[in-house]
Amino acid sequence: MFGSISYSLKQGIIQLFRNKGMAAASIFSILAMLLILGMVFVISVNVNMFTEVVKQDYDQVEVFLLDKTTQEEAEVLMTKLTAHEGVKAVEYRSKEKALEILKDRWGESGYLLDSLGRNPLPASIMISVDSLDKASEVADFAGTLKGIDDIQFYKETVEKLTKITNFLQASAVVIMAFLVFISVIVVSNTVKLTVHARQREIRIMRYVGATNWFIRGPFIVEGIVMGVISALLATGFIMFIYNKLIEAVGSQILAIVSTPLISVEYLTINMGIIFLALGTAIGVWGSIVSMRRFLSA
Amino acid sequence: MIRFDHVTKKYKTNIGLDDVSVSIEKGDFVFLVGPSGAGKSTFIKLILKEINADGGDIYVGDFHVNSLSNRTIPKFRRKIGIVFQDFRLLHKKTVYENVAFAMEVLHKPHRLIRKQVPQILSLVGISDKAHKYPDELSAGEQQRVAIARAIVNNPAVLIADEPTGNLDPDTAWEIMDLLDQINLRGTTIVMVTHAKDIVDRMKKRVIAIEKGHIVRDEKGAYGYNLEEVE
Repeated sequence: MFGSISYSLKQGIIQLFRNKGMAAASIFSILAMLLILGMVFVISVNVNMFTEVVKQDYDQVEVFLLDKTTQEEAEVLMTKLTAHEGVKAVEYRSKEKALEILKDRWGESGYLLDSLGRNPLPASIMISVDSLDKASEVADFAGTLKGIDDIQFYKETVEKLTKITNFLQASAVVIMAFLVFISVIVVSNTVKLTVHARQREIRIMRYVGATNWFIRGPFIVEGIVMGVISALLATGFIMFIYNKLIEAVGSQILAIVSTPLISVEYLTINMGIIFLALGTAIGVWGSIVSMRRFLSA
Repeated sequence: MIRFDHVTKKYKTNIGLDDVSVSIEKGDFVFLVGPSGAGKSTFIKLILKEINADGGDIYVGDFHVNSLSNRTIPKFRRKIGIVFQDFRLLHKKTVYENVAFAMEVLHKPHRLIRKQVPQILSLVGISDKAHKYPDELSAGEQQRVAIARAIVNNPAVLIADEPTGNLDPDTAWEIMDLLDQINLRGTTIVMVTHAKDIVDRMKKRVIAIEKGHIVRDEKGAYGYNLEEVE
């Protein structure tokens, strides 16, 4: 058993070197598909990161207080809210503070608010929740308390965002599955060509009394080696491009959407592992499937 | 060694073998002759279980060939050495590797392979070509490699399918001498051939097949048509 594994290893590698052309064709087709996959992967990982960051900005529930509610009563409400499950922090926002924030937001047109006779904005309590899913429940609880006028949280925004994210993730999965499917066809055809070119060889092996697994062994080793080479090339290539991309536009993107791009290190490790697994699997799978016809008779 | 018991093999359009019974003993040297399409190839393919018989029983050594499963065929084939007209060597392996391959298939230890392959190569007379590739050899040398590969595992039976068909007369005789030597070591040999002069001079048992029947089975000269021989 051990002897035949070392035999397969040795022969697989020798075969690879003696069939450089075919090996190069296979490696290129696996590489091409890994590169496309890698791009989809890079985009989807970054979109994911973006939505996670954005979601954090919306994990707040604002409870507007009636004008007649005193600050003491507000303090009591805040204690009750703090005690509630899923609440991370509460913050009191007075009428004056609210106006200040609004002025701030209006920027240059802020002076318009100065002409108001009296402050029309209500005081409020800002509740930060642990996670978005809890927001709705916390809002319901706050609604049962006294002295409250209105409750607002970014329910619709959050729902829309979640929808878009889910859609993007689903499309990424579909695109990747489709790519894997296509590449598997391409790769298996390439391997089929290789095997076809060696049909004579395989028949001779059978005449000499080689078992199917004995014949397959070196081909599988070949598949694995080609898969690993493609995976390493693809990872290196994507990292190089991605690094350039971050250098070129990373800071602009940070400025525009206020989220950083995923770091090169993180991507290298994860994509490297995925590529290696995928490349190897395709290599092995391709060898076994494409040899089936030649080993059945 | 090889026994056919009322073996029949039919193809769609013609008959391969029709109720053939024959026995080849251990150590025999048998020529299988007959016109093209008479059933010689069918006979060989049945021995190797490349095809299955429609009726009758085939025995080779201890094996009942009819009932071999796909899994046991490789084990069975290892007991038989095969030599073809077109040599069928692995072009991407050297002479040494081609012969060693037949031993590697049997998971023989490397020590034994390193010892035995040179011995066999010297027996067939191509020690000096061990590290050449088949394409660098003459036809006769390639056939010697094929024979070395066929006998390296000491098979009980050596099947030679027109082994001299691609060779010039002198080289053909060298190959026949080699086969005769191998036969003297105790290996049963079944050789399909069209070479009349070879059969005539070797004076071995000749089995003639025509239209799926054995029409002649005796020691002596080439011929498959009774009138032609007399």
